Amino acid sequence: MSGVSILGIVGSLVILLSLFEMLRRHRLREKYALIWGIVALGALTVAAFPSLLAWATTAIGLQVPANLLFFVASLVIMVLTLQHSSELGRLEERTRTLAEDVALLQVELERRPLLEKESGEESA
Amino acid sequence: MRPMPAAWVSGRRVLVIVPAWNEQASIGTTVSEIRACVPEADLLVVDDGSSDHTRQRAAEAGATVCSLPYNLGVGGAMRAGYRFALRNDYDIAVQIDADGQHDPRYVPTLVDRLSEADVVIGARFATADDPYKVRGPRRWAMVLLATVLSRLAHTRLTDVTSGFRVSNRRAISLFARHYPAEYLGDTVESLVIGARAGCVIRQEPVVMRPRMAGRASHSPVKAAVYLLRAVFALFLALVRDWPAQLDDSAGASTAPTPQPSATSEPPRARGVTAPEDRATEQVEP
Ligand SMILES: Nc1nc2c(ncn2[C@@H]2O[C@H](COP(=O)(O)OP(=O)(O)O)[C@@H](O)[C@H]2O)c(=O)[nH]1
Ligand SMILES: [Mg+2]
Repeated sequence: MSGVSILGIVGSLVILLSLFEMLRRHRLREKYALIWGIVALGALTVAAFPSLLAWATTAIGLQVPANLLFFVASLVIMVLTLQHSSELGRLEERTRTLAEDVALLQVELERRPLLEKESGEESA
Repeated sequence: MRPMPAAWVSGRRVLVIVPAWNEQASIGTTVSEIRACVPEADLLVVDDGSSDHTRQRAAEAGATVCSLPYNLGVGGAMRAGYRFALRNDYDIAVQIDADGQHDPRYVPTLVDRLSEADVVIGARFATADDPYKVRGPRRWAMVLLATVLSRLAHTRLTDVTSGFRVSNRRAISLFARHYPAEYLGDTVESLVIGARAGCVIRQEPVVMRPRMAGRASHSPVKAAVYLLRAVFALFLALVRDWPAQLDDSAGASTAPTPQPSATSEPPRARGVTAPEDRATEQVEP
């Protein structure tokens, strides 16, 4: 087994283990763990069976296996970043809603004694 | 004045929590039925950011409605419900689905069994003549979950994905802090948390009705996905650390019950909470 394979296998195992540990300690939610798990398993497979990569390279018609690897890796990273961007946008929208809700509630609370006093004076 | 409370209540305050998400077709009937069958109980519908008329229908039928600003999932909605129960000092919380599957006539029976348990599940598949049938991967998932949880809870459980359950104060104060929002967390994982925290879990056979309205999508692919996710959710629930650090920061700031240790001892009454606990409850001006 080549040094590169060992490096790849150790790397993906470390990712898998930290994934597990983070999930166990509630530091990571399932929806993020899923995609990282797939990435780690994919890396593990390619590291363990480099012939797969060579086969895929010729099947697609590329010259250098490393090119395919880098292409796929950059694609994966792009997808992950995209997922995070969309999650961030959703979170921003939600904090905005929350802030508005809190502010509106505060106004309502502050106006309540005032309103009660007014209605009390009217009925008097 | 309320009418004479039935014997099953025996002076305890009961809150029925109904999580509802886009259930405008059935929520009205469900609420009316609950009010007719258990008039002694207060009723809280947690409207989980519904985009239909769930909120109005529930309010028209006479329920107190807590509307979340956006969808939090059953787990999020139920934690809100349990926190409401804790803050308002209820002795018993009953969880009933909005879709009309759960018959509120069972509530007194379930509550009676709290004499020997902290959580009582209204369970299907408990008797041989149960008309409710589930087949294929979905059934396997349910059997697997039930088997593992039965061992954990040291009792026979046949339906751990049931959303029909009653909890006493001890379980309420636990669920008000830890009620997972993850997939299957609202049913399976919350039971794991309960069992881990030393709550006694029991089940009572109930017959569930078919869904009143809305979707009932059961394709084989979905069932298989359900099985996989169930296995994963169960595995996670079992290996996880409890109490959760992540959930702690969310629940601790407002829940009146103090330390996680409160889960392993009877919760203190509201009036005798320690001063440092009161401090965490106060809102900054
Ligand atoms: N709060 C909340 N309730 C939900 C959500 N999804 C489903 N529910 C409610 O959970 C209950 C059970 O849902 P259902 O789809 O019937 O699940 P099943 O009975 O396990 O098949 C119903 O009362 C739904 O209204 C959600 O995202 N948030
Ligand atoms: Mg249902």
